[in-house]
Amino acid sequence: MSDIADRVKKIVIEHLGVDADKVTIEASFIEDLGADSLDTVELVMAFEEEFGVEIPDDAAETILTVGDAVRFLEKATSA
Amino acid sequence: MRRVVITGLGMVTPLASGVEETWQRLLAGQSGARRIDTFEVDDLPCQIACMIPKGDGTNGTYNPDDWMEPKEQRKVDDFIVYAVAAATQAVEDSGWKPTDYEDQIRSGVLIGSGIGGIAGIVEAGYTLRDKGPRRVSPFFIPGRLINLASGHVSIKYGLKGPNHSVVTACSTGAHAIGDAARLIALDDADVMVAGGTESPVCRISVAGFAACRALSTGFNDNPTAGSRPYDKDRDGFVMGEGAGIVVLEELEHAKRRGAKIYAEVIGYGLSGDAYHITAPSEDGDGAYRCMQMALKRAGVSPDEIDYVNAHGTSTPLGDEIELGAVHRLVGDAASRISMSSTKSMTGHLLGAAGAIEAIFSTLAIRDGILPPTINLDNPSVDSKIDLVPNKAKEKKVRVALSNSFGFGGTNASVVFRAFEG
Repeated sequence: MSDIADRVKKIVIEHLGVDADKVTIEASFIEDLGADSLDTVELVMAFEEEFGVEIPDDAAETILTVGDAVRFLEKATSA
Repeated sequence: MRRVVITGLGMVTPLASGVEETWQRLLAGQSGARRIDTFEVDDLPCQIACMIPKGDGTNGTYNPDDWMEPKEQRKVDDFIVYAVAAATQAVEDSGWKPTDYEDQIRSGVLIGSGIGGIAGIVEAGYTLRDKGPRRVSPFFIPGRLINLASGHVSIKYGLKGPNHSVVTACSTGAHAIGDAARLIALDDADVMVAGGTESPVCRISVAGFAACRALSTGFNDNPTAGSRPYDKDRDGFVMGEGAGIVVLEELEHAKRRGAKIYAEVIGYGLSGDAYHITAPSEDGDGAYRCMQMALKRAGVSPDEIDYVNAHGTSTPLGDEIELGAVHRLVGDAASRISMSSTKSMTGHLLGAAGAIEAIFSTLAIRDGILPPTINLDNPSVDSKIDLVPNKAKEKKVRVALSNSFGFGGTNASVVFRAFEG
Protein backbone atom coordinates (compact mmCIF):
# COMPACT_ATOMS: atom_id res chain seq x y z
CA MET A 1 0.00 0.00 0.00
CA SER A 2 1.08 3.56 -0.60
CA ASP A 3 1.88 6.00 2.16
CA ILE A 4 -1.52 7.60 1.65
CA ALA A 5 -3.23 4.22 1.89
CA ASP A 6 -1.41 3.47 5.14
CA ARG A 7 -2.46 6.78 6.66
CA VAL A 8 -6.08 6.30 5.55
CA LYS A 9 -6.10 2.81 6.99
CA LYS A 10 -4.74 4.04 10.32
CA ILE A 11 -7.48 6.66 10.58
CA VAL A 12 -10.19 4.12 9.73
CA ILE A 13 -8.92 1.65 12.33
CA GLU A 14 -8.78 4.35 14.97
CA HIS A 15 -12.19 5.89 14.28
CA LEU A 16 -14.21 2.74 13.63
CA GLY A 17 -12.42 0.52 16.16
CA VAL A 18 -12.04 -2.34 13.67
CA ASP A 19 -9.29 -4.93 13.18
CA ALA A 20 -6.55 -3.95 10.73
CA ASP A 21 -7.07 -7.00 8.51
CA LYS A 22 -10.65 -5.94 7.81
CA VAL A 23 -9.56 -2.60 6.38
CA THR A 24 -8.92 -3.69 2.79
CA ILE A 25 -8.96 -1.37 -0.22
CA GLU A 26 -12.37 -2.80 -1.24
CA ALA A 27 -13.91 -2.48 2.24
CA SER A 28 -17.04 -0.32 2.42
CA PHE A 29 -17.22 1.87 5.53
CA ILE A 30 -20.91 1.17 6.08
CA GLU A 31 -21.36 -2.33 4.61
CA ASP A 32 -18.14 -3.95 5.86
CA LEU A 33 -16.76 -1.84 8.69
CA GLY A 34 -19.92 -1.08 10.70
CA ALA A 35 -19.91 2.69 10.23
CA ASP A 36 -23.12 4.73 10.34
CA SER A 37 -23.76 7.97 8.48
CA LEU A 38 -22.29 10.09 11.32
CA ASP A 39 -19.15 7.95 11.41
CA THR A 40 -18.59 8.61 7.70
CA VAL A 41 -18.93 12.37 8.25
CA GLU A 42 -16.32 12.16 11.01
CA LEU A 43 -14.02 10.02 8.85
CA VAL A 44 -14.08 12.61 6.08
CA MET A 45 -13.26 15.31 8.66
CA ALA A 46 -10.34 13.22 9.89
CA PHE A 47 -9.06 12.80 6.31
CA GLU A 48 -9.27 16.57 5.80
CA GLU A 49 -7.31 17.16 8.98
CA GLU A 50 -4.65 14.53 8.24
CA PHE A 51 -4.05 15.51 4.63
CA GLY A 52 -4.70 19.26 4.87
CA VAL A 53 -7.29 19.22 2.11
CA GLU A 54 -10.91 20.24 1.87
CA ILE A 55 -13.36 17.55 0.80
CA PRO A 56 -16.57 19.22 -0.43
CA ASP A 57 -19.87 17.57 0.55
CA ASP A 58 -20.64 16.34 -2.98
CA ALA A 59 -17.21 14.67 -3.17
CA ALA A 60 -17.60 13.25 0.33
CA GLU A 61 -20.78 11.50 -0.78
CA THR A 62 -18.80 9.48 -3.34
CA ILE A 63 -16.28 8.22 -0.77
CA LEU A 64 -17.85 4.93 0.25
CA THR A 65 -14.86 2.57 0.49
CA VAL A 66 -11.27 2.71 1.73
CA GLY A 67 -10.17 2.68 -1.92
CA ASP A 68 -12.46 5.66 -2.75
CA ALA A 69 -10.76 7.65 -0.01
CA VAL A 70 -7.26 6.67 -1.07
CA ARG A 71 -7.92 7.55 -4.75
CA PHE A 72 -9.53 10.87 -3.85
CA LEU A 73 -6.69 11.84 -1.53
CA GLU A 74 -3.98 10.74 -3.96
CA LYS A 75 -5.50 13.02 -6.55
CA ALA A 76 -6.14 15.91 -4.13
CA THR A 77 -2.64 15.90 -2.62
CA SER A 78 -0.82 15.59 -5.99
CA ALA A 79 -2.63 18.60 -7.46
CA MET B 1 -53.08 3.30 40.98
CA ARG B 2 -50.81 0.36 40.27
CA ARG B 3 -48.08 -0.43 42.81
CA VAL B 4 -44.41 0.04 41.91
CA VAL B 5 -41.43 -1.85 43.33
CA ILE B 6 -37.66 -1.67 42.88
CA THR B 7 -36.18 -4.79 41.32
CA GLY B 8 -32.71 -3.72 40.21
CA LEU B 9 -29.95 -1.39 41.41
CA GLY B 10 -26.81 -0.03 39.79
CA MET B 11 -24.31 2.70 40.56
CA VAL B 12 -20.97 4.28 39.86
CA THR B 13 -19.92 6.65 42.64
CA PRO B 14 -16.82 8.34 44.05
CA LEU B 15 -16.64 5.46 46.54
CA ALA B 16 -16.74 2.61 44.02
CA SER B 17 -18.22 1.18 40.88
CA GLY B 18 -20.97 -1.19 41.99
CA VAL B 19 -23.80 -1.08 44.52
CA GLU B 20 -22.45 -3.43 47.17
CA GLU B 21 -18.91 -2.02 46.91
CA THR B 22 -20.22 1.53 47.35
CA TRP B 23 -22.55 0.52 50.18
CA GLN B 24 -19.81 -1.22 52.20
CA ARG B 25 -17.54 1.83 51.92
CA LEU B 26 -20.43 4.12 52.82
CA LEU B 27 -21.21 2.12 55.95
CA ALA B 28 -17.50 2.22 56.83
CA GLY B 29 -17.69 6.03 56.72
CA GLN B 30 -15.20 6.45 53.88
CA SER B 31 -14.93 9.71 51.98
CA GLY B 32 -14.49 9.84 48.22
CA ALA B 33 -12.94 13.31 48.30
CA ARG B 34 -9.42 14.12 47.15
CA ARG B 35 -7.45 16.87 45.55
CA ILE B 36 -8.33 17.27 41.88
CA ASP B 37 -5.44 16.02 39.73
CA THR B 38 -7.14 15.80 36.34
CA PHE B 39 -6.91 19.50 35.47
CA GLU B 40 -5.29 22.71 36.64
CA VAL B 41 -6.76 23.88 39.96
CA ASP B 42 -4.15 26.23 41.42
CA ASP B 43 -6.17 29.30 40.40
CA LEU B 44 -9.54 27.88 41.57
CA PRO B 45 -10.92 28.61 45.05
CA CYS B 46 -12.06 24.99 45.38
CA GLN B 47 -9.42 22.37 44.53
CA ILE B 48 -11.12 19.20 45.77
CA ALA B 49 -13.85 16.87 44.51
CA CYS B 50 -15.23 13.39 45.10
CA MET B 51 -14.04 11.45 42.08
CA ILE B 52 -14.74 7.94 40.81
CA PRO B 53 -11.85 5.56 41.55
CA LYS B 54 -10.67 4.54 38.10
CA GLY B 55 -8.81 1.29 37.55
CA ASP B 56 -8.99 -2.12 35.92
CA GLY B 57 -12.48 -2.85 37.23
CA THR B 58 -11.41 -5.02 40.16
CA ASN B 59 -11.86 -4.13 43.83
CA GLY B 60 -14.63 -1.62 43.12
CA THR B 61 -12.63 0.42 40.63
CA TYR B 62 -14.32 1.77 37.53
CA ASN B 63 -13.08 0.73 34.11
CA PRO B 64 -15.18 2.43 31.41
CA ASP B 65 -14.12 -0.24 28.88
CA ASP B 66 -16.13 -2.77 30.92
CA TRP B 67 -19.31 -0.88 30.05
CA MET B 68 -18.89 0.74 26.63
CA GLU B 69 -16.56 0.16 23.70
CA PRO B 70 -13.68 2.67 23.59
CA LYS B 71 -14.71 3.87 20.12
CA GLU B 72 -18.21 4.64 21.44
CA GLN B 73 -16.86 6.36 24.58
CA ARG B 74 -14.94 8.74 22.35
CA LYS B 75 -18.23 10.06 20.93
CA VAL B 76 -19.95 10.89 24.23
CA ASP B 77 -19.36 12.77 27.45
CA ASP B 78 -18.64 10.79 30.61
CA PHE B 79 -22.15 11.29 32.01
CA ILE B 80 -23.46 8.96 29.29
CA VAL B 81 -20.82 6.30 30.00
CA TYR B 82 -21.60 6.46 33.74
CA ALA B 83 -25.32 6.05 32.98
CA VAL B 84 -24.72 3.06 30.73
CA ALA B 85 -22.47 1.49 33.40
CA ALA B 86 -25.01 1.96 36.20
CA ALA B 87 -27.97 0.96 34.00
CA THR B 88 -26.16 -2.20 32.90
CA GLN B 89 -25.62 -3.14 36.54
CA ALA B 90 -29.27 -2.42 37.37
CA VAL B 91 -30.73 -4.30 34.40
CA GLU B 92 -28.48 -7.31 35.02
CA ASP B 93 -29.46 -7.22 38.71
CA SER B 94 -33.16 -7.19 37.82
CA GLY B 95 -32.85 -9.91 35.21
CA TRP B 96 -35.32 -8.03 32.97
CA LYS B 97 -33.93 -8.02 29.43
CA PRO B 98 -37.00 -8.13 27.20
CA THR B 99 -36.65 -9.72 23.77
CA ASP B 100 -40.33 -9.95 22.77
CA TYR B 101 -41.74 -6.86 21.10
CA GLU B 102 -44.74 -6.76 23.46
CA ASP B 103 -42.42 -6.73 26.48
CA GLN B 104 -40.06 -4.18 24.91
CA ILE B 105 -42.81 -1.62 24.27
CA ARG B 106 -43.86 -1.83 27.93
CA SER B 107 -40.32 -1.13 29.16
CA GLY B 108 -38.91 2.41 29.15
CA VAL B 109 -36.08 4.61 30.32
CA LEU B 110 -36.05 7.88 32.28
CA ILE B 111 -32.56 9.06 33.14
CA GLY B 112 -31.74 12.70 33.83
CA SER B 113 -28.72 14.87 34.38
CA GLY B 114 -28.30 18.31 35.89
CA ILE B 115 -25.85 19.80 33.42
CA GLY B 116 -25.00 16.98 30.99
CA GLY B 117 -21.96 17.15 28.76
CA ILE B 118 -20.49 20.44 29.87
CA ALA B 119 -16.84 19.37 29.36
CA GLY B 120 -17.51 18.42 25.74
CA ILE B 121 -19.39 21.65 25.08
CA VAL B 122 -16.36 23.64 26.22
CA GLU B 123 -14.03 21.57 24.02
CA ALA B 124 -16.24 21.95 20.96
CA GLY B 125 -16.32 25.69 21.63
CA TYR B 126 -12.52 25.78 21.41
CA THR B 127 -12.61 23.72 18.20
CA LEU B 128 -15.14 26.09 16.64
CA ARG B 129 -13.09 29.14 17.64
CA ASP B 130 -9.68 27.76 16.67
CA LYS B 131 -10.42 25.51 13.69
CA GLY B 132 -13.78 26.65 12.36
CA PRO B 133 -17.19 24.99 11.95
CA ARG B 134 -15.97 22.28 9.54
CA ARG B 135 -14.06 20.66 12.41
CA VAL B 136 -17.03 20.36 14.78
CA SER B 137 -17.71 16.63 15.13
CA PRO B 138 -21.02 15.08 14.02
CA PHE B 139 -21.00 13.45 17.47
CA PHE B 140 -20.80 16.78 19.28
CA ILE B 141 -24.57 17.22 19.68
CA PRO B 142 -25.64 13.58 20.30
CA GLY B 143 -22.72 13.12 22.70
CA ARG B 144 -23.78 16.05 24.90
CA LEU B 145 -27.61 16.04 24.94
CA ILE B 146 -28.90 15.07 28.36
CA ASN B 147 -31.62 12.70 27.12
CA LEU B 148 -28.99 10.69 25.22
CA ALA B 149 -28.24 8.81 28.45
CA SER B 150 -31.78 7.40 28.17
CA GLY B 151 -31.24 6.96 24.43
CA HIS B 152 -28.09 4.85 24.82
CA VAL B 153 -29.63 2.64 27.51
CA SER B 154 -32.78 2.07 25.43
CA ILE B 155 -30.68 1.07 22.42
CA LYS B 156 -28.49 -1.29 24.44
CA TYR B 157 -31.44 -3.21 25.90
CA GLY B 158 -34.15 -2.72 23.26
CA LEU B 159 -36.40 -0.77 25.63
CA LYS B 160 -39.10 0.70 23.38
CA GLY B 161 -41.49 2.12 25.98
CA PRO B 162 -41.51 5.72 27.25
CA ASN B 163 -38.13 7.34 26.63
CA HIS B 164 -37.80 10.43 28.73
CA SER B 165 -35.40 12.59 30.69
CA VAL B 166 -35.35 15.09 33.54
CA VAL B 167 -33.30 18.25 34.05
CA THR B 168 -33.99 19.79 37.45
CA ALA B 169 -30.50 20.53 38.77
CA CYS B 170 -29.87 18.69 42.04
CA SER B 171 -33.41 17.29 42.19
CA THR B 172 -32.98 15.46 38.88
CA GLY B 173 -32.38 11.95 40.22
CA ALA B 174 -35.34 12.09 42.60
CA HIS B 175 -37.65 13.54 39.96
CA ALA B 176 -36.56 10.86 37.48
CA ILE B 177 -37.40 8.04 39.87
CA GLY B 178 -40.63 9.68 41.02
CA ASP B 179 -41.81 10.42 37.48
CA ALA B 180 -40.86 6.96 36.21
CA ALA B 181 -42.76 5.32 39.07
CA ARG B 182 -45.74 7.43 38.12
CA LEU B 183 -45.56 6.28 34.48
CA ILE B 184 -45.81 2.71 35.74
CA ALA B 185 -48.57 3.55 38.23
CA LEU B 186 -50.58 5.16 35.41
CA ASP B 187 -50.10 2.07 33.20
CA ASP B 188 -47.92 3.75 30.56
CA ALA B 189 -45.23 1.13 31.17
CA ASP B 190 -44.61 -2.00 33.25
CA VAL B 191 -40.88 -1.49 33.76
CA MET B 192 -38.80 1.70 33.83
CA VAL B 193 -35.03 2.03 34.05
CA ALA B 194 -34.67 5.32 35.93
CA GLY B 195 -32.15 7.53 37.66
CA GLY B 196 -29.59 10.27 37.25
CA THR B 197 -26.07 10.74 36.00
CA GLU B 198 -23.49 13.53 36.18
CA SER B 199 -19.91 14.25 35.09
CA PRO B 200 -19.38 17.78 36.37
CA VAL B 201 -15.80 17.60 37.62
CA CYS B 202 -14.13 19.85 35.07
CA ARG B 203 -12.53 23.28 35.22
CA ILE B 204 -15.49 25.31 34.00
CA SER B 205 -18.06 23.81 36.37
CA VAL B 206 -15.79 24.15 39.39
CA ALA B 207 -15.25 27.78 38.37
CA GLY B 208 -18.99 28.29 37.88
CA PHE B 209 -20.20 26.68 41.10
CA ALA B 210 -17.42 28.43 43.01
CA ALA B 211 -18.60 31.74 41.55
CA CYS B 212 -22.09 30.94 42.93
CA ARG B 213 -20.34 30.56 46.32
CA ALA B 214 -21.74 27.04 46.53
CA LEU B 215 -18.48 25.06 46.92
CA SER B 216 -16.32 24.33 49.94
CA THR B 217 -13.13 26.37 49.76
CA GLY B 218 -11.58 25.94 53.22
CA PHE B 219 -10.53 22.31 53.01
CA ASN B 220 -8.20 22.20 50.00
CA ASP B 221 -5.47 20.78 52.24
CA ASN B 222 -7.78 18.29 53.95
CA PRO B 223 -10.17 17.07 51.23
CA THR B 224 -11.92 14.31 53.16
CA ALA B 225 -13.07 16.85 55.79
CA GLY B 226 -14.61 19.21 53.20
CA SER B 227 -18.10 17.73 53.04
CA ARG B 228 -19.45 18.11 56.59
CA PRO B 229 -23.24 18.56 56.64
CA TYR B 230 -24.70 20.08 59.84
CA ASP B 231 -21.23 20.71 61.25
CA LYS B 232 -20.54 24.26 62.37
CA ASP B 233 -17.40 24.49 60.18
CA ARG B 234 -19.14 23.55 56.92
CA ASP B 235 -18.53 26.01 54.10
CA GLY B 236 -20.10 24.61 50.94
CA PHE B 237 -20.54 21.39 49.01
CA VAL B 238 -17.88 19.14 47.52
CA MET B 239 -18.66 18.18 43.95
CA GLY B 240 -19.09 14.51 43.08
CA GLU B 241 -19.52 12.49 39.89
CA GLY B 242 -21.24 9.27 38.91
CA ALA B 243 -24.63 7.72 38.27
CA GLY B 244 -27.37 5.85 40.09
CA ILE B 245 -29.97 3.78 38.24
CA VAL B 246 -32.87 1.66 39.49
CA VAL B 247 -35.20 -0.73 37.72
CA LEU B 248 -38.77 0.10 38.70
CA GLU B 249 -41.47 -2.46 38.03
CA GLU B 250 -45.18 -2.87 38.42
CA LEU B 251 -45.75 -5.16 41.40
CA GLU B 252 -47.72 -7.93 39.67
CA HIS B 253 -45.27 -7.94 36.74
CA ALA B 254 -42.39 -8.40 39.20
CA LYS B 255 -44.23 -11.15 41.07
CA ARG B 256 -45.14 -13.05 37.91
CA ARG B 257 -41.51 -13.40 36.90
CA GLY B 258 -40.31 -14.06 40.44
CA ALA B 259 -38.17 -10.94 40.59
CA LYS B 260 -36.22 -10.01 43.71
CA ILE B 261 -37.98 -7.01 45.30
CA TYR B 262 -35.86 -4.50 47.23
CA ALA B 263 -38.57 -2.07 48.34
CA GLU B 264 -41.78 -0.38 47.23
CA VAL B 265 -41.99 3.20 45.99
CA ILE B 266 -45.01 4.49 47.88
CA GLY B 267 -44.84 8.27 47.70
CA TYR B 268 -43.58 11.16 45.62
CA GLY B 269 -43.95 14.89 46.19
CA LEU B 270 -42.83 17.94 44.22
CA SER B 271 -42.81 21.65 44.97
CA GLY B 272 -41.30 24.96 44.00
CA ASP B 273 -39.82 27.62 46.27
CA ALA B 274 -40.66 30.55 43.97
CA TYR B 275 -37.99 32.45 45.87
CA HIS B 276 -34.43 32.67 44.48
CA ILE B 277 -32.35 31.14 41.67
CA THR B 278 -29.76 29.52 43.94
CA ALA B 279 -30.69 30.09 47.60
CA PRO B 280 -33.33 27.93 49.31
CA SER B 281 -36.30 29.79 50.74
CA GLU B 282 -35.43 30.61 54.31
CA ASP B 283 -38.67 29.34 55.83
CA GLY B 284 -38.11 25.89 54.30
CA ASP B 285 -41.67 25.92 53.08
CA GLY B 286 -40.88 24.33 49.70
CA ALA B 287 -39.01 21.48 51.35
CA TYR B 288 -41.82 21.00 53.87
CA ARG B 289 -44.53 20.91 51.23
CA CYS B 290 -42.84 18.35 48.99
CA MET B 291 -42.22 16.02 51.93
CA GLN B 292 -45.81 16.49 53.06
CA MET B 293 -47.12 15.76 49.56
CA ALA B 294 -44.99 12.62 49.31
CA LEU B 295 -46.28 11.35 52.67
CA LYS B 296 -49.87 12.05 51.68
CA ARG B 297 -49.44 10.07 48.47
CA ALA B 298 -47.75 7.31 50.45
CA GLY B 299 -50.57 7.21 52.98
CA VAL B 300 -48.17 7.23 55.90
CA SER B 301 -47.99 9.66 58.80
CA PRO B 302 -44.81 11.58 59.69
CA ASP B 303 -44.25 9.46 62.80
CA GLU B 304 -43.94 6.36 60.62
CA ILE B 305 -40.72 7.65 59.01
CA ASP B 306 -37.71 5.70 60.27
CA TYR B 307 -34.99 7.23 58.10
CA VAL B 308 -34.54 10.40 56.09
CA ASN B 309 -31.75 10.51 53.53
CA ALA B 310 -31.21 14.26 53.62
CA HIS B 311 -30.41 16.57 50.77
CA GLY B 312 -27.84 17.96 53.26
CA THR B 313 -25.16 19.30 50.91
CA SER B 314 -22.93 20.95 53.54
CA THR B 315 -23.81 24.51 52.56
CA PRO B 316 -24.13 27.02 55.42
CA LEU B 317 -27.75 27.91 54.55
CA GLY B 318 -29.33 24.76 53.16
CA ASP B 319 -28.63 22.18 55.86
CA GLU B 320 -30.39 23.99 58.68
CA ILE B 321 -33.32 25.01 56.51
CA GLU B 322 -33.93 21.37 55.57
CA LEU B 323 -33.51 20.23 59.16
CA GLY B 324 -36.04 22.87 60.24
CA ALA B 325 -38.51 21.69 57.60
CA VAL B 326 -38.17 18.07 58.74
CA HIS B 327 -38.78 19.17 62.35
CA ARG B 328 -41.90 21.02 61.25
CA LEU B 329 -43.06 17.91 59.37
CA VAL B 330 -42.52 15.33 62.12
CA GLY B 331 -43.25 17.46 65.20
CA ASP B 332 -43.12 15.40 68.40
CA ALA B 333 -41.86 12.36 66.48
CA ALA B 334 -38.46 14.04 65.97
CA SER B 335 -36.76 11.94 68.61
CA ARG B 336 -37.61 8.66 66.87
CA ILE B 337 -36.34 9.78 63.45
CA SER B 338 -32.85 9.34 62.03
CA MET B 339 -31.57 11.50 59.20
CA SER B 340 -28.14 11.34 57.60
CA SER B 341 -26.42 13.01 54.71
CA THR B 342 -24.50 10.51 52.62
CA LYS B 343 -23.11 13.49 50.69
CA SER B 344 -20.63 13.74 53.57
CA MET B 345 -18.97 10.73 51.91
CA THR B 346 -19.98 10.77 48.23
CA GLY B 347 -19.92 14.53 47.75
CA HIS B 348 -22.75 16.14 45.82
CA LEU B 349 -23.45 14.29 42.58
CA LEU B 350 -25.87 17.03 41.46
CA GLY B 351 -28.28 15.38 38.99
CA ALA B 352 -27.27 11.89 40.13
CA ALA B 353 -27.53 12.66 43.86
CA GLY B 354 -31.23 11.85 44.27
CA ALA B 355 -30.77 8.57 42.43
CA ILE B 356 -27.83 7.22 44.44
CA GLU B 357 -29.56 8.40 47.62
CA ALA B 358 -32.75 6.55 46.65
CA ILE B 359 -30.58 3.44 46.38
CA PHE B 360 -28.98 4.10 49.79
CA SER B 361 -32.48 4.51 51.28
CA THR B 362 -33.48 1.19 49.72
CA LEU B 363 -30.39 -0.55 51.11
CA ALA B 364 -31.05 0.91 54.57
CA ILE B 365 -34.46 -0.78 54.38
CA ARG B 366 -32.94 -4.05 53.13
CA ASP B 367 -30.13 -4.28 55.68
CA GLY B 368 -31.56 -2.44 58.69
CA ILE B 369 -28.54 -0.18 58.93
CA LEU B 370 -28.15 3.57 58.50
CA PRO B 371 -25.20 5.17 56.73
CA PRO B 372 -23.59 7.91 58.83
CA THR B 373 -23.07 11.65 58.39
CA ILE B 374 -19.28 11.86 58.60
CA ASN B 375 -17.29 14.91 59.72
CA LEU B 376 -20.15 15.85 62.04
CA ASP B 377 -17.96 16.87 64.96
CA ASN B 378 -19.84 19.92 66.25
CA PRO B 379 -23.45 20.23 65.08
CA SER B 380 -24.33 23.84 64.32
CA VAL B 381 -27.79 23.48 65.88
CA ASP B 382 -29.37 21.35 68.57
CA SER B 383 -31.78 18.86 67.11
CA LYS B 384 -33.81 16.02 68.55
CA ILE B 385 -33.44 14.29 65.22
CA ASP B 386 -30.61 11.75 65.22
CA LEU B 387 -28.18 12.86 62.50
CA VAL B 388 -26.26 9.54 62.68
CA PRO B 389 -22.94 11.28 63.36
CA ASN B 390 -19.76 9.63 62.11
CA LYS B 391 -20.73 5.98 62.58
CA ALA B 392 -23.25 3.76 60.81
CA LYS B 393 -25.88 2.35 63.14
CA GLU B 394 -28.29 -0.53 63.12
CA LYS B 395 -31.95 0.39 63.00
CA LYS B 396 -34.91 -1.39 61.50
CA VAL B 397 -36.15 0.77 58.65
CA ARG B 398 -39.65 0.24 57.32
CA VAL B 399 -40.25 3.69 55.80
CA ALA B 400 -37.49 5.87 54.30
CA LEU B 401 -37.80 9.31 52.76
CA SER B 402 -35.22 10.81 50.42
CA ASN B 403 -35.03 14.56 49.82
CA SER B 404 -33.56 16.48 46.90
CA PHE B 405 -33.58 20.23 46.36
CA GLY B 406 -32.19 22.08 43.36
CA PHE B 407 -31.20 25.46 41.99
CA GLY B 408 -34.26 27.29 40.74
CA GLY B 409 -36.14 26.27 43.88
CA THR B 410 -37.12 22.80 42.66
CA ASN B 411 -37.84 20.23 45.36
CA ALA B 412 -38.61 16.52 45.31
CA SER B 413 -39.16 13.86 47.97
CA VAL B 414 -39.56 10.13 47.37
CA VAL B 415 -40.84 7.66 49.98
CA PHE B 416 -39.87 3.98 50.04
CA ARG B 417 -41.26 1.19 52.20
CA ALA B 418 -40.08 -2.32 52.95
CA PHE B 419 -42.00 -4.67 50.66
CA GLU B 420 -44.65 -6.32 52.76
CA GLY B 421 -46.57 -8.30 50.11
